[in-house]
Amino acid sequence: METNEVFEKVKGLFVEDLGIDESKVTMEAKLEEDLEIDSLGIVEVVMAFEDEFDIEIDDEELADVSTVGEAVKLLHSKI
Amino acid sequence: MSKRRVVVTGLGTINPLSNNVNDSWEKLTNGISGIDNITSFDTGNLPVTFAGEVKDFDANEYMGKQHARKLDRSAHLSIYATEQALLDAGFSTEERMGTNCGIVFGTGIGGIGATEDAVRVYDERGASRINPLAITQLMPNSSTGQVAIKFGIEGPSLTITTACAASANAVGEAKNMIENGIVDIVVAGGTESGTTPMTIGAFAQIRALSTKNDTPKEACSPFDKNRDGFVMAEGSTVLILESEESAKSRNAKIYGYVVGYGSTTDAHHITAPVEGGEGAVRAMDRALKDANLSVDDVDYINAHGTSTPANDRNETSAIKTLFGAKAYEIDISSTKSMTGHLLGGAGAFESMVCILSLQKGVIPPTINLNTKDEECDLNYTPNNAVNKDINIAMSNSFGFGGHNGVLVFSKS
Repeated sequence: METNEVFEKVKGLFVEDLGIDESKVTMEAKLEEDLEIDSLGIVEVVMAFEDEFDIEIDDEELADVSTVGEAVKLLHSKI
Repeated sequence: MSKRRVVVTGLGTINPLSNNVNDSWEKLTNGISGIDNITSFDTGNLPVTFAGEVKDFDANEYMGKQHARKLDRSAHLSIYATEQALLDAGFSTEERMGTNCGIVFGTGIGGIGATEDAVRVYDERGASRINPLAITQLMPNSSTGQVAIKFGIEGPSLTITTACAASANAVGEAKNMIENGIVDIVVAGGTESGTTPMTIGAFAQIRALSTKNDTPKEACSPFDKNRDGFVMAEGSTVLILESEESAKSRNAKIYGYVVGYGSTTDAHHITAPVEGGEGAVRAMDRALKDANLSVDDVDYINAHGTSTPANDRNETSAIKTLFGAKAYEIDISSTKSMTGHLLGGAGAFESMVCILSLQKGVIPPTINLNTKDEECDLNYTPNNAVNKDINIAMSNSFGFGGHNGVLVFSKS
């Protein structure tokens, strides 16, 4: 799967499942500041990623993820 | 030292009748029922297929999907009712209410819908797929916290879970906070959204609910000989309570006064009232004493009047025990005949009814009251509202657990 395909899927999850405004979801967007995903929300996001891509994400792997682009990069490396 | 007087300066409600105060009042005084067949889920083989559901309310539309999906429906309703009440009281909902404002909310069963959903997911997909927001949705204080966050309420907060007396206790405890000078303003209310499959099934199991599935609008018939149980309902109602001097200093409109509060416990049985309603007698008596009033002063009683055989019989006995011959002269009604039982939201809704009755000089009826029960022989305002200039109204609320909460309101 190409990076931009992963991004489109991630965007779809954010918009459809989490109700986030589509225009806010860019590769540069910060999860907490720009998308208002707090510490509870990040658990939901991880669950959604795991279901969508059929992978498992460890908490440690999230340490370096603070933007949509970093999330896409992590997902891309795992599928 | 005399106690500070407590006034009501704002009202907000969303309930089976309507999503605002004025239209709710119109329907109440015209004897219109808000009860109907359940539409929010497939009632399948539930023994009860009707309830008082809130209609025409889309939380995603109201607060945006990203916010709405984090909250249980009981909290959606709480925020909606609180916003109305604050605006009605003349506050801006854009500014934080701050440290001089407290919040006391009542609920019977909190985010029970979220609980049911989380258990279903756990059973089907295991622990790793439980909604991480489940705890924050299901905890009974969720509405209190979410409303406080939304409107910046930074004073004291309490969540009261005395079942069907919860928001009567909430209004009473809010009154005490203001009387005691702790804060000048308290958001006092209640919420419930338990019209969910397991909850209706469970209430049906203890034979508490009416099973008149073919005639939902006639099913809730308090004090009628053929009553067969209460009708589940959902909604939230909020009153803005304020010290009289605070309200006057900002030229707020004053609906009426909260003058008396009595709280007692049956200490008898977890669901059944003590025969004769002795706990209710003591609560009404305490509320009148708190108000420095006597039984002769009371014009109207908004009864608990659930439409269960035991409540209505014992509430009637309790009123007769306390009021004596005067019991037959008081106008009484059960507005649950139209709303159904709002459980933890009932006391706040019925406080609103009392305040509006005093202000408008109209006593809403008990609908579906057609067949006389010799054990229920008081004047329950059957089927038609009565125009009457009244000064003092009492609201009764009694909950599973044996909790009794009674409030007294005054026009001036």
